[in-house]
Amino acid sequence: MAEFFRELRTTTGLNFTIFYDPFDARRFGYAFLMTCKLSVLSVVLSLIIGVAGAFAQGARFAPLRWVVAGYIAFFRNTPPLVQMYFFFFALGAITPTVPDDIGMEVPMVSSFTWALVALSLFAGAFNVEIFRSGIEAVPRSTVEAAESLGYSRLGAYRAVVLPLAFRVCLPSLNNNLVNLVKTTTLAYAIGVPEMLYVANQIWSDSLNVTEMMNVLLLLYIGLVTLLVWIMHRWERALRMPGYGT
Amino acid sequence: MTDLPVLLPFRPPTPRPGLEFLDGRWIAYLALAILLAAGAAQAQGTPAAESAFSVILKWTPLIGSGFLLNILISVIAMAAGTLIGLALGLCQISLLPPVRAGSWLVTQFFRNAPWLVMLFYCIFMLPFRITVFGEVVEIPNWVRATIGLTLPVMANVSEIVRGAVQSLPHGQWEAAESLAFTRGQTLRQVILPQCLKRMLPPWMNLYAIVIMSTPLTSIVGVEEAMTLTRGALNAERRGDLLIPMYGALLLAFFVYCWPIARLTRWLEQRNQVRV
Amino acid sequence: MDTPLVSIQAVHKRFGDLEVLRGVSLDVARGEVICIIGPSGSGKSTLLRCVNALVRPESGRITVAGIDVTAAKLDPIALRRRVGMVFQQYNLFPHRTALQNVMMAPVSVLKQDKREVEARARALMAKVRLQGKEGAYPGELSGGQQQRVAIARSLCMQPDVMLFDEVTAALDPETVKEVLVTIRDLAEEGMTCLLVTHEMGFARDLADHVYFTDRGVIVEHAPPAEFFGNPKDARTREFLGQVL
Repeated sequence: MAEFFRELRTTTGLNFTIFYDPFDARRFGYAFLMTCKLSVLSVVLSLIIGVAGAFAQGARFAPLRWVVAGYIAFFRNTPPLVQMYFFFFALGAITPTVPDDIGMEVPMVSSFTWALVALSLFAGAFNVEIFRSGIEAVPRSTVEAAESLGYSRLGAYRAVVLPLAFRVCLPSLNNNLVNLVKTTTLAYAIGVPEMLYVANQIWSDSLNVTEMMNVLLLLYIGLVTLLVWIMHRWERALRMPGYGT
Repeated sequence: MTDLPVLLPFRPPTPRPGLEFLDGRWIAYLALAILLAAGAAQAQGTPAAESAFSVILKWTPLIGSGFLLNILISVIAMAAGTLIGLALGLCQISLLPPVRAGSWLVTQFFRNAPWLVMLFYCIFMLPFRITVFGEVVEIPNWVRATIGLTLPVMANVSEIVRGAVQSLPHGQWEAAESLAFTRGQTLRQVILPQCLKRMLPPWMNLYAIVIMSTPLTSIVGVEEAMTLTRGALNAERRGDLLIPMYGALLLAFFVYCWPIARLTRWLEQRNQVRV
Repeated sequence: MDTPLVSIQAVHKRFGDLEVLRGVSLDVARGEVICIIGPSGSGKSTLLRCVNALVRPESGRITVAGIDVTAAKLDPIALRRRVGMVFQQYNLFPHRTALQNVMMAPVSVLKQDKREVEARARALMAKVRLQGKEGAYPGELSGGQQQRVAIARSLCMQPDVMLFDEVTAALDPETVKEVLVTIRDLAEEGMTCLLVTHEMGFARDLADHVYFTDRGVIVEHAPPAEFFGNPKDARTREFLGQVL
C-alpha cells in the first residue's frame, strides 16, 4: 500500500504522507487514538455528571438545586470554545506546576485533562436535562401500578421507571453524545494532539493541505456516521412495540 | 407529538406561563456573578495596577465590535442555511427516489462533519479571490468562515423540516388527498403551516448553537470577539486579567444566548399546551 | 337496475406478505346505502381506500361514476372531487377553524367563488347542527363535533359518493348518536353511502344492503332484514353472535 501512495505522489502529485511515511503514519495513528480516548472518556464523564445532576435536581436541599440549575444555564448558554479557553488559560494559569522528568516546570493539569473537563461539563449540562425529562415522562400511575404490585419505591424505580425513562430519552441522549464526539475537535485549540491538530502539523510539514483536509473530513464523517448507525441500532433494539415511531 | 398513550410527552422541565421566560431571579444571579467576578479580579490585582474592571471597560468598545461580527456571521449563516436547508428538506420528502436519496446523503454528510473541521475545510479549500466579469474580488476570511458555518446549518434545517413533516399524523395527508388536494397544495396549505410551529423551537435552538460556534472562527483567523479578547490579553500582559477577561466574554455570550434559550423553552411549552 | 355508481370487480391487494383483499366484488347503485361489517383486519378499510385511490389495488377493476379508478393513468384529483371520505380519526386540519376546514378544498381545489362556497359551508354547518361553531378550532371541539365538521367538509365538495370509515369508532358512546343522526339525514336525502361500521343497529335500520367480509373476501351479503334475521354462513353467525 505504501508503494501505491508513493507512486501516486510521483505520478499525480497527490501526497498522502500518512499512507507511506512511517513517521506521519505513526503520529496520525496516535492522534486517531487520542480522539477516540478523548471521546470515550468525555462520554463516560458526561453521563456520570448527567445522572448525578438529575439526582441532585430532585434533592430537597434547595441550594443544591440552585447550583445545578446555575450550572446548566451557564454551560448551555456559553460557547464551548470559550469555556475551554477559560479552563485552560484562565484556570490553568492559577493551578500549580510540577517538575517533569527533565526538571522543566509543567502544569499539574495537562491540556488533555482540561479538554476532558471542559467537554464533559459542557455535554453533562445537556445530559442532566435529558435524564430529568426522561424520568418526568413516566406517569405517576405507572409508579402506582408497580407499587400496588408489591414493588418497593426503589424497586419500582429500578424495574419500571428507569428502564422506561431511559428508552424515552435515548434519542436525545444519542444526539448529544454524537455532538460531543464532534466537539472533541475543539481540543485542537488548546494543543491536545488529536486528529485535527496532528493533521494540521502534517500539512504544515508536507504542504499537502488538500489531501489531509479530505482525509480528515472523510475520516470524521465516517467515524460519526458509524456512531450514529450503532446508536440507531441500539434505539431500535430497545424500542417498545406499539409505542411511538 | 408522540403516540405514547402510556408515556407523558417528553417535555423540557420548568413550565412558566406568559412572558415570564425572562425571569427576574435569573437576572439577579447574573448581576451577582458579574460583581463576584469583578471583585475577585480586584482582590487579585496589585494595588498599583489598573483595576480589572476598568481594564475590561477600556477594551469593551473593541471587543464589542468583534462581538457584532460574531452576531453578523451567525445571522448570515442562519439565514442562508435556512433557505438552502428548507429546499433540501423538501427534497428529502420528495416522491422521486433519486431526489430523496441524494438530498438525504447531502444532509447526513454535512450533519455528521464536525463544525470545526468544516470550517477548516472552507477556509483552506475555498478560493481566496474570485474573478467576476474581469474584476478580481477578494473573499475575506470571515466570509469563507460564514460559508463553513452555513453548510452544517443547512443540513440541520433539512433534518428539522423532514422531522416536522414526518411528525404530523398520516391522516392529515389522507384527508387532504381525499379532498382532491394536489401534493403541492397539501404541502402548502395543510402540512407546512402546521410544521412551522413545530419547527420554530428546534430552529431557535439551532441558532443558539450557531452563535455559540462563531468563536470557532477565531481559530481560523477571523477577528471576532474571541480573537480580540486574546489580543487584548496579549497587550495587557497581566496574568491576573485572564480570569476576568475570559469571564467577561463568557458573560457576554450568556447575556445574548440565555434570553433566546428562555424564549425557545417558552415556545416549546406553549406549543405543547396547545396541541 | 341501471349501471351502478360504484362498481368493484375482483379486487386484490396485498401489503408485503399479507393479502388483505382476495377478490372482492360489489356494486352500489346511485342513492343506495351499503354497510360493510366484519372483524378487524378483514380488509374493510382497505377496500374503502381503494374506491378513492388512496390505495391502489394490484388487480381487479373499480369504476366510480364512469371513472376507471384502476386505470394506469388515473387522474386522482378528478376522482376525489366525486368521492368524499370521512375518517375514524376525523383528520381535521388543526390550524384552520371549522368553517375554514369546510371551505378550503372547494376554494383552492375546485377554484369556486369564495362567497358562494362560504354560503354553502355555513348552510352545511347548520345542517350538521353546528351553527355558532364556525369560528372554533378543531382542538376546541368535542370528538362528535369534529366528526360532523369532517362530514360537512366532505359534503362541501358536492360529491356523488360518501365513504365512511368507522367514523364512530373513536367517539364517546354519548356522541356516537349525534354523528349517526347526521349520516341518517344524509342517507335519507338520497346520498350514495358506503359505510364501514361496527354499529349493527345502525346498519340494520339504514342500509339497503349489508356485506360481511372476513380475511379479504365477502363471505355473505343480503338486505339487512335477511342478513340479520337469517344469516346463512357459519362465520357470519359466529361474528353476529359475538357482536350482538
